[in-house]
Order: sequence, then C-alpha cells, then structure tokens
Amino acid sequence: MAVLNEEQEMLRDMAREWAVNESPVTEFRKVRASGEPEAFNRDAYATMAQMGWAGIIVPEAHGGSDFGYMSAGLVFEELGKTLTASPLLATTIAASAIALGGSEEQKARWLPKLASGEAIATLAVDEGAAHDPAAIETSVSGGKISGKKTFVHEAHGADLFVVAAKDGLYLVENGAGVTLTTRKLTDQRSHADVTFDGAAADKLAGGGDSLLDDVLDRARVLTAAEMLGMAQQVFDVTLEYLKQRVQFNQVLASFQALQHRMADLFADLAQMRSAVEAGLQAVDSGFGVARAATIAKAEANRVLHTISNQGIQLHGGIGMTDEYDVGFYLKRARVLEASWGSSSFLKDRYASLGGY
Amino acid sequence: MATQLEADTPTDEEAFRAEVQAFLAENFPAELKNKGNALAGVDGPTDETPAMKAWREAVGAKGWGTPTWPKQYGGGGLTKGQARIVDQEFAKAGAYNPIGGMGVMMFGPTLLEYGSEEQKMEHIPAICRGEVRWCQGYSEPNAGSDLANLQTFAEDKGDHYIVNGQKTWTSGGQWADKCFAIVRTDKSDKHRGISFLLIDMTSPGVEVRPITMISGTSPFCETFFTDVKVPKKNLVGVEGQGWTIGKRLLQHERTNISGGGRLASMMGQSLGDMAKKYCATDADGELADKVLRDKIADFEIRWGSFLLTARRAVEESKATGGVSEISSVLKKVGTKLSQERSELLIEIRGLQGLGWEGDGFTDGELEAVRGWLFGKATTIYGGSTEIQNNIIAKRVLGMLDHQ
Ligand SMILES: Cc1cc2nc3c(=O)[nH]c(=O)nc-3n(C[C@H](O)[C@H](O)[C@H](O)COP(=O)(O)OP(=O)(O)OC[C@H]3O[C@@H](n4cnc5c(N)ncnc54)[C@H](O)[C@@H]3O)c2cc1C
Repeated sequence: MAVLNEEQEMLRDMAREWAVNESPVTEFRKVRASGEPEAFNRDAYATMAQMGWAGIIVPEAHGGSDFGYMSAGLVFEELGKTLTASPLLATTIAASAIALGGSEEQKARWLPKLASGEAIATLAVDEGAAHDPAAIETSVSGGKISGKKTFVHEAHGADLFVVAAKDGLYLVENGAGVTLTTRKLTDQRSHADVTFDGAAADKLAGGGDSLLDDVLDRARVLTAAEMLGMAQQVFDVTLEYLKQRVQFNQVLASFQALQHRMADLFADLAQMRSAVEAGLQAVDSGFGVARAATIAKAEANRVLHTISNQGIQLHGGIGMTDEYDVGFYLKRARVLEASWGSSSFLKDRYASLGGY
Repeated sequence: MATQLEADTPTDEEAFRAEVQAFLAENFPAELKNKGNALAGVDGPTDETPAMKAWREAVGAKGWGTPTWPKQYGGGGLTKGQARIVDQEFAKAGAYNPIGGMGVMMFGPTLLEYGSEEQKMEHIPAICRGEVRWCQGYSEPNAGSDLANLQTFAEDKGDHYIVNGQKTWTSGGQWADKCFAIVRTDKSDKHRGISFLLIDMTSPGVEVRPITMISGTSPFCETFFTDVKVPKKNLVGVEGQGWTIGKRLLQHERTNISGGGRLASMMGQSLGDMAKKYCATDADGELADKVLRDKIADFEIRWGSFLLTARRAVEESKATGGVSEISSVLKKVGTKLSQERSELLIEIRGLQGLGWEGDGFTDGELEAVRGWLFGKATTIYGGSTEIQNNIIAKRVLGMLDHQ
C-alpha cells in the first residue's frame, strides 16, 4: 500500500468505518429491491457529501478540499468493498472535467454545488456499446447540442451532464431537450441512454486539445480504485470462507491446490494495487498520466475479472446463490470492466502511446 | 448400456435415412423448426404447447430420443450409425430432440447397468417417452465435494426404508416427479454405508424450497426429507453399493456436461461472425479490434482441439468398451472453455452484452447474460474442476495424497 500521510489515513479510516457500518452490502440490496431507476439512497449521498467526499478533487476556492486523486481513490476503494451505490464516482469524474476545462464562471457555478452534494453530475461520452471516444457524432450548433449517448452511468439522478461532442466537452443541464431511456444492466445500478435534442450546451473551453483524454484518464483511475476495493473484498471474503469450510474432514484452506490458487490471486492483487495507486499518484503529480492510467485500468480489468470468477468458484454452490454477496461483485465487475475501456481497448491504447 | 457396435451396410443406411425423413415429414410440427428443447433447460419449466407435446410423444413412441437404448425398455434399439443418421436428419429439418433431462443424461444409463429387470421395466420406458422428470439427490450442506460425507439416513424397516435428512442444490427439485438419491444406510462405514435409492417426490414428508441464483432464477432447491417412506423395491443394486453406483452416474454426468452434443451445438455459431455484427470492421472486412480478433482466434483454436479430444475419447471408449479415463479432462477443459466463450460473448457486445431486463436488449442478449452467470456453476457441479484435478493427479497419474 502506498505510504499515506496523516490526512489520508484519517480519510481512509473514516471511509472504511462508514462503509462497513452505514453502507454494508445489505444497503445495496435495499436499493436493488426498490427497483428505482435512480438506484441510490439520497440520504446516504447527502452524508457522503457532508463528509467532504464529493469535493476531494475540487479546488479549495470552489468548496472542495483539494486532497487529490490518491485520496479520492482511498474513498472509492472503501466504497467498492461494500458495493455502495451512489453517484459519487460519476460526480467526481464530471467535477474533474469542470476543474480542468471550465471557465472561472463555470467552476464557480458548478463545483461548489457538486462538492456539497447539492448537485449530481455525470460524464457522457460513448455512443455505442463499447468505449470508443474516437467515434463521436454528437454536435453543437448555436449553443444547442444534439446526439445520443449510451449507457450513461448514474444518469437518473444527474442534474448536469458533461457531454463529449465532436469539438469538445459541454455542460448540459438535465431539462428541456434531454431524454433518458433506462437501460437496466446486470449490476442493477443506474444506466441510461441519454438523447440530447437541441438542449442548451455550455462549452468547457479550457484544458486544451487533450481535455477529453485527460478526463477519461481520470475516469479510468477512479474507476480502477473502486474495482480495487471490490477485488480486495472478494479476495478477503473468499479467504475467510476457505478457512472455515470443512470438506474431507479438513478446512478447505489446508488443501495445497487452493493455497497456491490464493497465492496466485494474492500476487495479482498486489500488482493491481500498485498499478491503481500509481495511476492515482500520476494524476496528482501530473506526470505520465496517460500511460499510468492505462496500466491502472488494464490491470484492474484483468485482476478483478479473475478474482470475481474465482470468488464464485471457490465458494462452490453457495457462491451461485443470490443470498451470498459474491455474485454481486461479479456482475458489477463486468460493467466497470467494459466502462472507459475494455482490456483490448486499453492494450491498443498502451501500444499507441508507445508508438508501436 | 446395450450399444451395438456392428456397422450398417450402405443400403441399410439409405433405407433407414428414408424412414427418418418420412417420420419427420409426418410428425415434426413446422412451428417448432429451429427451436430448442425448452423442457430440457436447467433454468426452469416451460409449459408444453400442443405441438411440443405431439412432437415429444411421436419421438418418444419411436424411442429415438434415446436412440441406442434397448428396444425392450422403450429405447430406439438403434446402432450408433443409425443414431447418427437420426441426429443428422433431425438437424437438417431443424428439429430438436424433445427427450432429455437428468433421466436421459445420467439416471437412465446407470439404471440400465445396475438396475433389476423390474426397475428397468418400471422406469426406463417413461424416461424414453419424456414423461417423468428426475432430479439428483446427492449434495448436502456438508457433503459437496466431499460427497461421501452425506448424512441423510435411510432406516431399514423390513419392507421399506424411512428416510430423514436434507439435500441441497437439487436442480429442478420443484418440478421433478422422482429423485435418484444416495443415502446412508450404515453409519459405521463412510463409503460402504451408502445406498442408491429412488424416491418419489410426491411422497409425504418431502419438501422442496427453491433457492434464487445469481442469474435471477430459482432452478435449484433445498430438499428436506422427514420420515419419508420408500419401498425396498426402490433400492438400486444391493444395500451398501450406492457409492459405486453413484460414482458411475457422475461419470455420465461429467461426459454430458463437458463434451456432449448440446455444448457442441451451442458453440456452433462462430464468435468471429458474432463479433462482426457488434464491432467495427476494417477495409478488408476483418475485425478492426486486433486484440479482440487475437482472443477469438486463440479461443476457437483451443475449442477446436477440445472437440477433437472429445471425439478421440469417444472413439477410444468405443474401442475399449469402457468409460474413457479422459472424462475428467473433458469435464475440466470443456466447462472452462464454455465459460470463456460466455465471457467473450459479453466482451464482444460491450455494455449491450450486460443487460438485465428491459426493451433495450434482444432476447438473445438477455439470455446470454443469464447464461453467462448460470454457466459459472458448470465448473462447480458434477465434480468441480479442483476435484477433477485431484482425480487426474491421484487416479490417473498415481500421484500420492499429502502425507
Ligand atoms: C447450479 C448448481 C446445480 C447443482 N445441481 C445439483 C443437483 O441437482 N443435485 C445435487 O446433488 N447437487 C447439485 N449441485 C451441487 C454440486 O454438485 C456441489 O455444489 C459441488 O459438489 C461442490 O460442492 P460444494 O458446493 O459444497 O462446494 P465445496 O465442496 O465446499 O467446495 C468449495 C470449493 O473448494 C474446492 N475444493 C473442495 N474440496 C477440494 C479439495 N479436496 N481439493 C481442492 N479443492 C477443493 C471446490 O472445488 C470448490 O471450488 C449443484 C450445484 C450448482 C452450483
């Protein structure tokens, strides 16, 4: 684990304690059972915002704490462990776009609201089933945006969309000219196709040509942090299970075949953690971000994929039941794996960054 | 199992092919063309339409759903060559085999080998006609991989047993008419204290409670037996022989899970073609995503060699007359590959491949997601992958237990 400063340790401990006590997986079960498309608990989100989590990457001048991405990652890791359903990730990613590319006026208007939890925002980039930022048709003319975005995370609760159009990123408020079509995915969270039909759009004019890529890199590392928490949790729960389940008059943990399997997963998890932490730190330092973010998400995809499958396998029949939590991680894992870059997208991007 | 190995002469073959074609022309309802056998599905019951019923009865009467099983018990009594012709002609006509389920896949072959004449006459014809659904009462909460640890007890009461205990993960228990179970008849010996018993699911004292799975369906159950009376005529083999019989049945189960025709036909559609429907192609009409292309090719090559291995195993077991020792390899590899295929299918479709419900997804897409989740069980049931590895290491390779 990265060496944390005192502030970060406090933040992590607070997030851990809150997630375990106030937001265990039973809370996600409630959200799921409600069947609401919004798919999160507003009161819980208000509490999270009060604790300052929605403003971690927001500059102090705009109501945030400016603790940085590594700190934000610590929170997302803890929330990932308990599958906390909230728009915090989507809002943080959207806030990063505004912080990077917004005018002073745009920042002043939106960042304090996002940091305080008063407003919720999300990033809308892709227009097909796969992440492909090179294929954008959405366009703006005369301050009006038109186009269709697919599988937008946390769209149902969003007050604001940060939308990728052909010529850059735009802020679009939920309202006239914005239509949501619910797309219920296997993770049972909020996803929708969002159609913009002449909605008012306000351009993020700063941030330079690389703004979209820079925002996507932030989306990748933050998503990878949530995935890290999920992988860690599945690993821990599985190890615990193997230590208590008895077959052949022995605990499963005493079988060498399973010991070696767990050792392999442990090594994978160690790699994932280094990759994710390095990605977060790269964003904070502003150095080598593209490559580090690609490695972070690619490793997160690879390792969580393996661990989520092994979690089920090693639990045996019990792991196949809805009553056990381990299946929820598998379902959420594939959704995050496909978001902001599948493994093949990221390998291709890595090669391109290396110029080969 | 009575399988006849003699070859058919070419003229016999032609005559038989004509017979199958005539049968199909007369009996196969056009509306069922290219449908699958919904009744054989693991994920739940499907109400039978009149056409489905008629088709099941027609095939059942011929015994062609279980083509190589002996005629005197309701099977088709066909040679392997003839059975292949039935297969081919059914496939050409887009007709599914309406006879299936655990009775066909595992219980029937086992009873043919170990059952008494009376038991065969009582149970096999109904299986051949698809009239009785069987479920498997093996696993218990503390007897999963360690199956021989089972505790469900059958107490000898002279002409019958009284059964008490709990089974779990009973697939299709809530829809089954009968259960083939292994139970303990002697508490003093772990393996020799086990007997193979047939239990009527409608007997007083049998209770099933469905369990919801991660795929959202409830096809498997906890099954409770409280003072269930089972007549002695339902004991298969002799008392204490249940472990041997039960293990033989598992070999049939494994062969079916891993390499059977079902899986082969499921795999029929090329992933490459599927990917071209969902993903961008380049100027040559090939997949633009070369990483994905590499993955698909890698998978299909390994899948191809798996099919060759499955075929070799069939040929070898035909030649030696036994169940191939490679059956554990087939189970282990086949289930892994089918899981990999489901994962690839999801990857190819992107987020469109992860739908849970709603209008935005085709039935095929939604089924694939549920199938992907359900498919995680294939490496767990029927002897998990880890247990197959143990079997290969110890029984086939002669490697020793940890001392
Ligand atoms: C969908 C589904 C349907 C099923 N249908 C039926 C049915 O119809 N009838 C029925 O009787 N049963 C059924 N089963 C039960 C199935 O056969 C058991 O789940 C299986 O035998 C594994 O047992 P378990 O779940 O208790 O896992 P456990 O035995 O607890 O195993 C947990 C993990 O430890 C591993 N493990 C266990 N022992 C060893 C060892 N010695 N060395 C290395 N690894 C080991 C296992 O491979 C597994 O990964 C079904 C199961 C599922 C999931």
